[in-house]
Amino acid sequence: MSYSSDRILLGSQRESRVSRFRPWVLFVIPLIAILFQVYVPLFFQFMAYLDLPLLVTVYFSLMKRSQVAGTFVGAAIGLAQDSLSKNPLGMYGIVKTLVGYFAASVGLRFDVDHAFIRLLLGFFFFFFHQFFSWVLARALLGQQVDFDLQRTLVLGILNAIVALFLFHFLDRLRETI
Amino acid sequence: MDSLLNRYRNVTVLVLAIMAQLVLLAYQVKSGNDVRLIRVWAVTAVTPLARALEGVRSGTAGFVGNYVMLRDTREQNREMRAELGRLKMENQYLRTELSTADRARALSVFQARSQSRTLAARVIGTGAGAVSKVVFVDRGSVQGVQKGMAVVTPDGIVGKVIAAYPTASQVVLITDPSFGAGVISQKNRVRGILKGQGYALCKIDRVQSEEKVELGEWFYTSGDDRVFPKGMPAGRVKIARGGSPFQDIQLEPSGLQNGIEEVLIVLEGAHQQIPELPVASPTVHLLPPPPADPAATPVAPVSAAPGTDADRLRDRYKAIGESQGHTFGEGLPGSKPPDFNKPVTAPTPVPATAPATKPAPSPPPSGAPPRQ
Repeated sequence: MSYSSDRILLGSQRESRVSRFRPWVLFVIPLIAILFQVYVPLFFQFMAYLDLPLLVTVYFSLMKRSQVAGTFVGAAIGLAQDSLSKNPLGMYGIVKTLVGYFAASVGLRFDVDHAFIRLLLGFFFFFFHQFFSWVLARALLGQQVDFDLQRTLVLGILNAIVALFLFHFLDRLRETI
Repeated sequence: MDSLLNRYRNVTVLVLAIMAQLVLLAYQVKSGNDVRLIRVWAVTAVTPLARALEGVRSGTAGFVGNYVMLRDTREQNREMRAELGRLKMENQYLRTELSTADRARALSVFQARSQSRTLAARVIGTGAGAVSKVVFVDRGSVQGVQKGMAVVTPDGIVGKVIAAYPTASQVVLITDPSFGAGVISQKNRVRGILKGQGYALCKIDRVQSEEKVELGEWFYTSGDDRVFPKGMPAGRVKIARGGSPFQDIQLEPSGLQNGIEEVLIVLEGAHQQIPELPVASPTVHLLPPPPADPAATPVAPVSAAPGTDADRLRDRYKAIGESQGHTFGEGLPGSKPPDFNKPVTAPTPVPATAPATKPAPSPPPSGAPPRQ
């Protein structure tokens, strides 16, 4: 893996490079991520803890460096995920909308090509996603669900490590301008 | 105004997106209706891909298994497993009927009733979400599947259909926290509500602490929920702890033990009686009881009559009297009674010439009542 220099914070927004993706990439990659989450755990149950749609949301939002684009990417992937779950539509949608927005905001400030930043963001946004899902489930749906902090932290680390490799793979599909 | 909107454009878009989804969410929660159109789109987009993937996977695995490694053995095995599953259900049904009534009645009931009409389906995907206990099966409303139908395997209940789309259906598993079904125990007929907990074991709710539930006892569907036909196995009690006011009972679901690659959707359910005997093979093998050993038969005489303490006492006194050659009811007042503290031994035969320990009383005159 080759990443940019050791600088983490960007000096100005001019330093940030906006990435472009072919339209099919923006459609097919989230679809594959959702399909992965729906199909693979049938044979490998531990794979259910890997939230690929979330990681894809984070990646596209970071790379697009546009809060509006991040919002729409998050909302679309979240609603698609909601459609395939038993939750009412909007639960994952709202959470991933927020993830998309904040990931894009982070992308404007940090050098998101840096491996450590990617690791950190993967962990942070997984934790954010799980925590906010729990808050919404309790506050909006009145569900008595528990928040297992220890489990979430462990899964956050797992997802962050996977994010590192996934982002590296997805880098090959982008066109930097 | 334009500059203001441009300045806060990003936040405005975010707030609008969140608000729109909140309204969507509120509508669903408030009205209880689902926004079906969006779900149909998503399911219709994803399930054909999942089905194709499953087809490719099973096709490849089947090719390798059938033609390269085992030729037709796998196919035969699959057919036999399907046949075995069908026979298990049929066997359970017949055993249940035969155990609940006499043969004639069972036969008449069997003739009068038909078994549940089911539709075989294959699991093609799980629900989205890290702790999802939802699966998709490849049968939908086109094949007659409707929301609320029960999903079972020959080993037990699996879940119920929560949404039927044209090409696929969504099934919530019994381990999901939102799942509930009425169940009844086999032995003591204790009723409760089966609930998922999000992991392997389910719990039986609403069982009063006074009611008796044993470890290893089977629970069956009670039919009260109008989803599952009565008499389908639900699982076996793994943990039973007392509590107030309800017991903590954990159940190991039998329907999920062997995986859920293929399931049966109950299109028309037929209620059955709860079987009197366990249907599954016990985990601990027990030999039949050993045959009776004539040499080891207890020497103590078996008394047929005694039931009360008074009867037993009378028998004991009689045995003491016989062992000491004493006849109760004879002898004058003040004569020596038998020693009641001596252990009871078999009576020694008294020689005819030996003098009696006591003078033989004269026989009572004829017509006098015998002395007690």
